[in-house]
Amino acid sequence: MRVTLKIWRQKNAAATGGFATYTKDNVVAEMSFLEMLDALNRELVEKGEEPVAFESDCREGICGTCSLVVSGIPHGPGKGAATCQLYMRRFKDGDTITVEPFRARGFPILRDLIVDRSAFDRIIQAGGFISVNTGGTPDANALPIAKEQQELAMDAAACIGCGACVAACKNASAMLFVAAKVSHLSLLPQGQPERQQRVLNMVAQMDKEGFGACTNTFECEAACPKEISVRFIARLNREYMRASWGDK
Amino acid sequence: MELKSNVPSGPLEQKWDKHKAEISLINPANKRKYNILVVGTGLAGASAAASLAELGYNVTAFCFHDSPRRAHSIAAQGGINAAKNYQNDGDSVWRLFYDTIKGGDFRAREANVYRLAQVSVNIIDQCVAQGVPFAREYGGLLSNRSFGGAQVSRTFYARGQTGQQLLLGAYSALSRQIGLGNVKMYPRTEMLDLVVVDGHAKGIITRNLVSGEIQRHVGDAVVLATGGYGNVFYLSTNAVGSNVTATYRAYKRGAAFANPCYTQIHPTCIPVSGEHQSKLTLMSESLRNDGRVWVPKKKGDNRPPDQIPEDERDYYLERKYPSYGNLAPRDISSRAAKQVCDEGRGVGPGGLGVYLDFSEVIKRLGENVVRERYGNLFDMYHEITNENPYAVPMRIYPAVHYTMGGLWVDYNLMSNIPGLFVLGEANFSDHGANRLGASALMQGLADGYFVIPYTIGDYFARNKIARPSIDAPEVKQAEADTRNQIARMLSIKGKHSVDVFHRELGRVMWEYCGMARTDASLKKALAEIPEIRARFWKEVHVTGGGEELNLALERAGRVADFLEFGELLCLDALERRESCGGHFRAEFQTEDGEAKRDDDAFCHVAAWEYQGPERKPVRNVEPLDFQFVHLATRSYK
Ligand SMILES: Cc1cc2nc3c(=O)[nH]c(=O)nc-3n(C[C@H](O)[C@H](O)[C@H](O)COP(=O)(O)OP(=O)(O)OC[C@H]3O[C@@H](n4cnc5c(N)ncnc54)[C@H](O)[C@@H]3O)c2cc1C
Repeated sequence: MRVTLKIWRQKNAAATGGFATYTKDNVVAEMSFLEMLDALNRELVEKGEEPVAFESDCREGICGTCSLVVSGIPHGPGKGAATCQLYMRRFKDGDTITVEPFRARGFPILRDLIVDRSAFDRIIQAGGFISVNTGGTPDANALPIAKEQQELAMDAAACIGCGACVAACKNASAMLFVAAKVSHLSLLPQGQPERQQRVLNMVAQMDKEGFGACTNTFECEAACPKEISVRFIARLNREYMRASWGDK
Repeated sequence: MELKSNVPSGPLEQKWDKHKAEISLINPANKRKYNILVVGTGLAGASAAASLAELGYNVTAFCFHDSPRRAHSIAAQGGINAAKNYQNDGDSVWRLFYDTIKGGDFRAREANVYRLAQVSVNIIDQCVAQGVPFAREYGGLLSNRSFGGAQVSRTFYARGQTGQQLLLGAYSALSRQIGLGNVKMYPRTEMLDLVVVDGHAKGIITRNLVSGEIQRHVGDAVVLATGGYGNVFYLSTNAVGSNVTATYRAYKRGAAFANPCYTQIHPTCIPVSGEHQSKLTLMSESLRNDGRVWVPKKKGDNRPPDQIPEDERDYYLERKYPSYGNLAPRDISSRAAKQVCDEGRGVGPGGLGVYLDFSEVIKRLGENVVRERYGNLFDMYHEITNENPYAVPMRIYPAVHYTMGGLWVDYNLMSNIPGLFVLGEANFSDHGANRLGASALMQGLADGYFVIPYTIGDYFARNKIARPSIDAPEVKQAEADTRNQIARMLSIKGKHSVDVFHRELGRVMWEYCGMARTDASLKKALAEIPEIRARFWKEVHVTGGGEELNLALERAGRVADFLEFGELLCLDALERRESCGGHFRAEFQTEDGEAKRDDDAFCHVAAWEYQGPERKPVRNVEPLDFQFVHLATRSYK
């Protein structure tokens, strides 16, 4: 099949970008969306043009590197999948597809479809951990944890840090990302000693990075490739209130 | 070249404790004065960087990813082994040690493997303390599953995302140290050369992948934890960015490359769907706990699977290896799959596939239980193939997955270049000629959390050498060499993209040096690779410039190294005239088609020494001296 691609091109962070249009022939249903872009890039190079810069690594939906807005939707149509898990069988001959980077104040564009998501790393550095050094830890079975509790923590821990939640939000809020990490650690007994300081520090850093406020429209959950539930945002709010108002 | 393993003397069980008691220490106040450069922040690198910083060392860490959390380790699915014996099923440190030595076809160093089994138990404790949400039973204790090559359940897991959870644990420890200012982290930064001064590793040259800036870094030691080289085959289960550049360039500066021909082909991957394919997707080995592998008994039987009656199916793993069945080790299962496909009994397009069938377990335990165990893998399979594995059996085929070879290291994980340490998949140390499932995560974390923190101090205590100046001639020379190579690649302006050459190389590697290798096929590869390389340097078009974010340039550098390294791999395969583990030389097999080792001639590590461009490297040998286990013929029957 043949598709028309409207792709965001931008030389670097300082340059102004714009859409360029490409026609891509010989697309087959079994190709992944990124493989289709690989093929486009090969053709561009053969013509002596600069290929489209986009990032990916594991290509199986777990590393969180790929980050395209396809036809207006972060990670494209289809639920619970990252861009690399999008297959061309979802499109038909003659379709026009727009491809843009994740856009948010907290995610400056570096080139074409590549953005800088280091703000997420700084949020984790501010408190997204349990302060244990290597060595001297108790036996792993010394602390039983109810299966339901562990499963719920795992639901939150499944976050791949891709930032689709931010890209989907009209306020570019990072609440779902922060909620997932805070919930994962506060649900577990190991996370209790630093529970309050952790949430305060992470939220403070989130605000500093320029992410917006949550207005409960839940676009984040819809875009999340791991289908992380917005109920964790409610949990984050509770954790935050509890930490800031006492119970200390 | 002298290859001293530095294995401590004494009984196997006491070597590590004795070594720890005897090696020199650095006092806490002095640790701050040492600057350690850690390249790579996957499981091995992140755990090392965090642990070293906790001890008080000054750590600078690098990764080419935009964040340490995205290292290839994140993709590990099935689990991590540890000799906890929580299941009361007869596991022990000795058994994990023995399974690993045997799984590796008796081509690994006993002392290293024993230590790995010993510290495995600490890893699980460490990860749980960090908040890694391993699967649990209703009583609240940790759950285990089985993996290939073992008759006990010793694999800990977090759904099908074990690597992710372990890496997020190590990344959180690293992030904490970054926040505290003890680690300076350089993401989106690629190491392009190693600096050796007076025979010691003292620095690296990097390129900032956003600005293109070339930078010099000096330190008191360099730790490489840069992962494996499976992508020399182009198609593999590795992340598309995984590459050999860091270790290969260290090799060109004098580090010995050990056993490059030991590559692992994983039996359960989604088959290739066409020319456009950019990577292959693994279906975790854990699926073989419940899935049954089969092909039709008749050649060319293309009835749909549900119309092939039970007695016309060949459950060939269960038939050939009754005691391990579907959990036979990877090398053996992969070859068995190739065999039935070569016989014309493969299924799916081109006959390159076998069934992995879950109908029995679905009938026995219900779809819900299967969904709970493997849901994300089933979804992944469905998305890629457009087939529902709850209803029809999966189709799978072997694919390149892991590389046992790597830079040579001694018992302290130090290479033959003093001050250069190598951890994780990047070294050759623990898996011999074949790695058992769920043991790579274990090894990466063992190296980073529990080995390097001890052994690096000993190097500092014994070698009181000042850090070179950033302007030392060796440092400047390495920078100049890096700049020259970049300029050369940008100046070619040929007509093909880098990908084209990588794919060609991959085809040659897979055809001639894949699941089965022969003298003739390897010679063919050794003739074709230099040709592809020569064309690359004439015809590649690396678009754009050096001082900008330039993915084409990044790839060109990596593929240029693969084009040299592939030749080394084939040469090693040619000179190892025996079959062992993942290295199957068709000339050397038993009557029933199993790998036939030659312990008299090849019970050794081959460590290759670089001799300059276009010159044949020298093959050095470290004999493997088995003092505690008996060299047996591997049998899983
Ligand atoms: C799909 C899949 C599933 C797997 N499942 C399992 C499993 O269930 N159990 C198991 O035990 N093993 C599994 N493995 C194997 C295991 O995941 C890897 O062997 C292991 O994670 C490697 O870890 P590492 O830290 O050595 O390297 P990696 O995680 O590959 O990290 C390499 C690091 O080095 C950096 N780097 C590389 N080159 C450079 C350079 N030149 N400059 C700067 N930085 C550089 C990268 O940015 C990255 O940070 C699996 C592998 C695959 C492919």
